[in-house]
Amino acid sequence: MSSLEKRLAAEKRFKFYGMFAMTLSLFFVLILMYKIFSTGSGAFVRTTINADVYFDPNFIEVSSNSSKKEIMKASYVDLADQVINQNHPGLDEENFIKVREMYTRKFDYQLRDYIANNPNVIGKTVNLDISASSDLDQIVKGNYPRNVPEAQRKINDYQLSILDSLDSKGKMSKTFNFWFFTNGDSRDPETAGILGALMGSFYALLICFSFAFPIGLLASVYLEEFVKPGKITDIIEVNINNLAAVPSIVYGLLGLGMLIGVFGMPYQVPLVGGLVLGFMTLPTIIIASRASLRGVPPSIREGALAVGATKMQTVFHHVIPLSLPGTLTGTIIGMAQALGETAPLLLIGMVAFVMEIPGGAFDPATGLPSQIYLWSESAERGFLEKTSAGIMLLLSFLIIMNTVAVLVRRKLEVKW
Amino acid sequence: MLYLSLVLVFILSYSFYFYGKKRALSLKFKKNENLSSLPDYYGYYVVLLVFFPAIIIWFFLLLFKSNFQEMFVMSPVLFPDVATWSSGKFGLIMNKISNLSMIVNLSEIDLTVGDKSILKMASESEIIAAKNLANFDKIYGWSNLTLFIILPVLLGFLATKSISGKLNAQPIVEKIISYVIKGSSYIAIFITFGIFFSLVFEAINFFRYVNFMDFFFNTAWNPNRAFVIDASDGFDQEALKEAFGFIPLLTGTLLIASVAMLVAVPLGLLTAIYLAEYASSKVRDIAKPIIEILAGIPTVVYGFFAALSLAPFIKDVGEGVGLPVSAESALAAGLAMGVMIIPFVSSLSDDVIKAVPQSLREGSYAIGATKSETIKKVILPAALAGIMGSFLLAISRAIGETMIVVMAASLRANLTFNPLEPATTITTQIVTSLIGDVEFDNPKTLVAFALGLTLFVMTLILNIAAITIVKKYREKYE
Repeated sequence: MSSLEKRLAAEKRFKFYGMFAMTLSLFFVLILMYKIFSTGSGAFVRTTINADVYFDPNFIEVSSNSSKKEIMKASYVDLADQVINQNHPGLDEENFIKVREMYTRKFDYQLRDYIANNPNVIGKTVNLDISASSDLDQIVKGNYPRNVPEAQRKINDYQLSILDSLDSKGKMSKTFNFWFFTNGDSRDPETAGILGALMGSFYALLICFSFAFPIGLLASVYLEEFVKPGKITDIIEVNINNLAAVPSIVYGLLGLGMLIGVFGMPYQVPLVGGLVLGFMTLPTIIIASRASLRGVPPSIREGALAVGATKMQTVFHHVIPLSLPGTLTGTIIGMAQALGETAPLLLIGMVAFVMEIPGGAFDPATGLPSQIYLWSESAERGFLEKTSAGIMLLLSFLIIMNTVAVLVRRKLEVKW
Repeated sequence: MLYLSLVLVFILSYSFYFYGKKRALSLKFKKNENLSSLPDYYGYYVVLLVFFPAIIIWFFLLLFKSNFQEMFVMSPVLFPDVATWSSGKFGLIMNKISNLSMIVNLSEIDLTVGDKSILKMASESEIIAAKNLANFDKIYGWSNLTLFIILPVLLGFLATKSISGKLNAQPIVEKIISYVIKGSSYIAIFITFGIFFSLVFEAINFFRYVNFMDFFFNTAWNPNRAFVIDASDGFDQEALKEAFGFIPLLTGTLLIASVAMLVAVPLGLLTAIYLAEYASSKVRDIAKPIIEILAGIPTVVYGFFAALSLAPFIKDVGEGVGLPVSAESALAAGLAMGVMIIPFVSSLSDDVIKAVPQSLREGSYAIGATKSETIKKVILPAALAGIMGSFLLAISRAIGETMIVVMAASLRANLTFNPLEPATTITTQIVTSLIGDVEFDNPKTLVAFALGLTLFVMTLILNIAAITIVKKYREKYE
């Protein structure tokens, strides 16, 4: 082989390496997405068992005249048991427990909510779709194998036979899992929802935005427009660059040591989470905003100054409005990063089991990513699905935010 | 209520803008006074005088809410000897009262129902305190709301009264705003100080328990040994010596970070070279954003992926070949982390490669070099400093990364350089030592701050080095 051929072969090889590396990187994106979507899509569907529910007044502590409060307070465990007895007649005690396990543990709550919405139903029979337990759900969805020894299965042979007989009668069906979007966290995968975490993240981001955006904007205005280059600016500049690269977990330690430890702020609330995320986002916003301010041509400033505007008027009436699209783009991207940030939330306690949906920044809450982490640590197969579905939700929020950022840049940015 | 008062502050400030402006205009047109500034500035003047005091007070009320709560609940009227209590007893009683308040809340004032056993154990004054606590939010909220109607209105009217033609509002307004702007930019410095001091302060507390040298040079990490149920027992000094050895955490961190760099450096750099030098603009426009998606994916997703798919896959492959692979191998965490860092390396290197002047490429082509030879012999050496900078930033990213290792790496310290074995990292140990426990009175939780400080210093050095290198490089071609 001549030297030229060798060199050309080397050229080809090198190009191939580059292409291979790029394809491999793209392949990683694909495989990640595929894995998440294939495990997560199941969470949006819930297996239900169709049953005739006789709202027997003998088993209900309240009547149709009771107030909503009384209805919500009463217990419906007996009614739930009664419904199961009616739909599966002739069960002995042992088998009853097995059948009960096939229905969701929160069956009585489902009945309670139904009565609360339709108080007149007491004494009547209604055909209802009752949520199956998570284990049954997983068997029906095919995530648990059926053809393994009974000891390795969560659903035993008796339950499988009941399932098959229900299935042959056409009683098994699937509905869209609204609970995933309307419930808080739960110990039972079938009733666990993401809304609590979503609201937690929402309040945290609200705090994060109200802290980081005004301060970031004003700080960048000071650094770009008002201060003469000197020692202090250099220090601030180096500082901001370093802050942008500090690991997020260190911000979590700041929140724990400073905000909670020194200032006595409460543990596991979105207020602290939002402030910590705000500290993290601040450098991103300042860097983006400074770049955007630098992009405004000097002629704008000179023009304003020439007609007699003060420095302050020049900046606030002309420079900031023109630089705002760039600042907003940077802010939205920073907020998207903050939304996905988990480690600081772990340290300030936003990873506890919280059933209630938080009503404000002071209520204990989890965040979207920390809820994903919590679910991923659960052993039950039903939560695996929830984890992936939570990730899908998180990713779609990130995609929306980034798209908005791109649109803001495209539509509003002034080209000079 | 606190939100409502915040909204109120905004609304009142906004309306006072018009009120102040109107007053200025009426001075001008009805009383024929000459105004020193534009009418708008009188509006701003009033707003600033209303808004800032109100917002500062609002913030303090928010910050010290828990202190007010304690003062309100633990009043000396109910507990005459409250001043003599130790903080431990105080916390215990406070806890009891807050538990009580939930029952009081549930049964709604009617103390005869609800969980009577707890109620029976509580003293009369504790029950009253619990009721007070249950009502505290309401009282606090309403008093805040009243305060935030009275305060801004009062300030607003005072400020408006002081408006006269002689008052030059514009310089005052501009002065206030310039202070606000200046203050905002110093917040970045405050945050750094906050990080530094909260880390250093708690780290010093940690080194009161554990010898400095023991921490940095011991090779055993068993923080559970330092666990004591009752703090008054004191700590077994010998156990403490053995409990907190930093070395295995450091090796684990470096091991996982090296695996990550072994993935990210070649893939990221080659991708950058291909995109910058070979790819057509069409391919570039599609591939670049897709790879950038990898950078936007939250790390908890990578962690989940590593723990769920990657680790079992590697274990299966390893066992297929006959190698014993741990389910929490450093390899799985490192690979996931590497994928996460690819876009980081590729986009930084891409920028650096593109910054190499075109004339260098053309010079190389002119003497007959092929494209790959140009890249290897001309472009890469020219861009070397910048590329090294991007590697350093990537390493700093890798050692500071938390979620991937928390979810996929081991919790057990293991002094090893074998990527098939489990290893733990600094960040993992920070998280595990702090989850579910916020008592800063034992070395087991305090160690997180010592680890955090070490991590902070390590990443700081890497970042400064990287930024300096990149800056130097940039100057060379500008």
